[in-house]
Amino acid sequence: MARVIMKGNEAVAKAAIVGGCRYFMGYPITPQNEIPEYLSRELPKVGGTFVQAESEVAAINMVYGAGASGARVMTSSSSPGIALKQEGIGYLIHGEVPAVIVSMMRGGPALGTIQPGQSDYFQAKYGGANGDKHLPVLLPGNIQEAVDAVKYAFEMADHYRHPVIVCCDGLIGQMMEPVDFDHPVEKKTKDDPANWALGCSRPGERNFIYGISDDAPDCERRNLKWQNGKYAEMAATEARYEEYMMDDAEYAFVGYGTTARILKTAANELRKEGIKIGLIRPKTAWPFPEKPFENKNIKKFIVGEMNLGQMVEDVKMACGDKEKVFFYGRCGGVIPTPEEFIDYAKKVIGGAE
Amino acid sequence: MAKTYKISCAGFGGQGVMTMGELITFAGMDEGKEVAWVPSYGPEMRGGTANCSVTVSDEPIGSPVFENNIDIVIAMNVPSYLKYVDKVAPGGCLFINSSIVNEEIKRTDINVYKVPVNDIADELGNQKLVNIIMLGAVVEVTKIVSPETILGSAFIKLFGEAKKKLIPANTVALGKGAESVKDQIKK
Repeated sequence: MARVIMKGNEAVAKAAIVGGCRYFMGYPITPQNEIPEYLSRELPKVGGTFVQAESEVAAINMVYGAGASGARVMTSSSSPGIALKQEGIGYLIHGEVPAVIVSMMRGGPALGTIQPGQSDYFQAKYGGANGDKHLPVLLPGNIQEAVDAVKYAFEMADHYRHPVIVCCDGLIGQMMEPVDFDHPVEKKTKDDPANWALGCSRPGERNFIYGISDDAPDCERRNLKWQNGKYAEMAATEARYEEYMMDDAEYAFVGYGTTARILKTAANELRKEGIKIGLIRPKTAWPFPEKPFENKNIKKFIVGEMNLGQMVEDVKMACGDKEKVFFYGRCGGVIPTPEEFIDYAKKVIGGAE
Repeated sequence: MAKTYKISCAGFGGQGVMTMGELITFAGMDEGKEVAWVPSYGPEMRGGTANCSVTVSDEPIGSPVFENNIDIVIAMNVPSYLKYVDKVAPGGCLFINSSIVNEEIKRTDINVYKVPVNDIADELGNQKLVNIIMLGAVVEVTKIVSPETILGSAFIKLFGEAKKKLIPANTVALGKGAESVKDQIKK
């Protein structure tokens, strides 16, 4: 299929349909409103169901119900809306229910601003739900990657029977770019819904979704099964990253989402001045790609985010030497410019920071 | 050599500045270029200011947002002119709606094109055409995309087949805009 120009939010919504999603429950919030708008119009055309819930809490619990029945289901929201969904995400994890959650980040905390941000990296990665758990988080860098991430998130969700978060800054949702919906993503195996989903059991059998464990040993058994099973598999296979101009690099910018594009422009400018700098772009927050940070040729890692420093903590841990890690960010919905990163990088490289 | 154009379209809400940027974006893709369109968004109001940032490039686009060193600025009203005049790259182009922007321009290192879009739209009897008139001037001078692509594939993709009947009026508007800057182009 030829490339078409679409707004990021609409592309994400269409990607869900292409990825097999037939159920969406959500509640409006800027900067992701075009997702529910598009799906309210397009889902019924493919036999799907769109529900504008009465709240974010209702939406995530409807997702729990649809997912528990074996349906491909998605919800989307932005920062304070994702905050409201946290309890439900915990139930999805304990119940081993597949679902995709799109987070279009804006400025925070609380209602903050509606302008784009990345201040919910921690929110996506660690979540506000209780309990021992991990949340697989995909960090697309442009609209094409957002489309691919949504399609792949459904594959992951079904394969691991686990919620998956696609985490974008609001700019990805608001901007327009050419995109190809036929761009292939890896297909993963999925468990037969007859083995687990409600209403799908074989004659004479019953399936159960649990939000509670029988007792402490039972709860520990579940946690260990996940830890040694799906979380181990995800940690081993799902960490993704891209390197740009890193072959001979002595310094590395590190960033994700739109910030990575801004850093790429900054790196290109610094290269023109003879500074050997590249870009490491993590495409997953959990599992975090540690390998590129084991590169001993890199003297300094310069992390850029649209927040006050979140992924930078992962970079410090991954490279094992926090003295080598520097950070520059803008927050609250302010987008940093390439010039700001260039100025900061020069200070860091010159030893002034 | 690969060239990247950074373009800002700015004006009042209702002047069609977002659409102007979208037409450049769609036409750019149809001419095989890399494109990105970023809107300003927020608690906007009718009559408030609106702007979008468009990038058209021969190579994959890095940052789709930019603040300074803009290659082409289109200022449809006074607030936009005041906001952007110092952000035009040296040697870049500033297109102003001279029907309502009468400020004295002090910069001598940029190319300024004055297009009286409201007056031309009056002549054509349709104020809704102001953005297309301006776009005609912009592509006449800069050649970032061709008028044929704008009024061919891009127009249909953006507005749908049902709006095809509006193409003749828009063709006239685009042509009028182009005509208005012909004698301003430096040889």
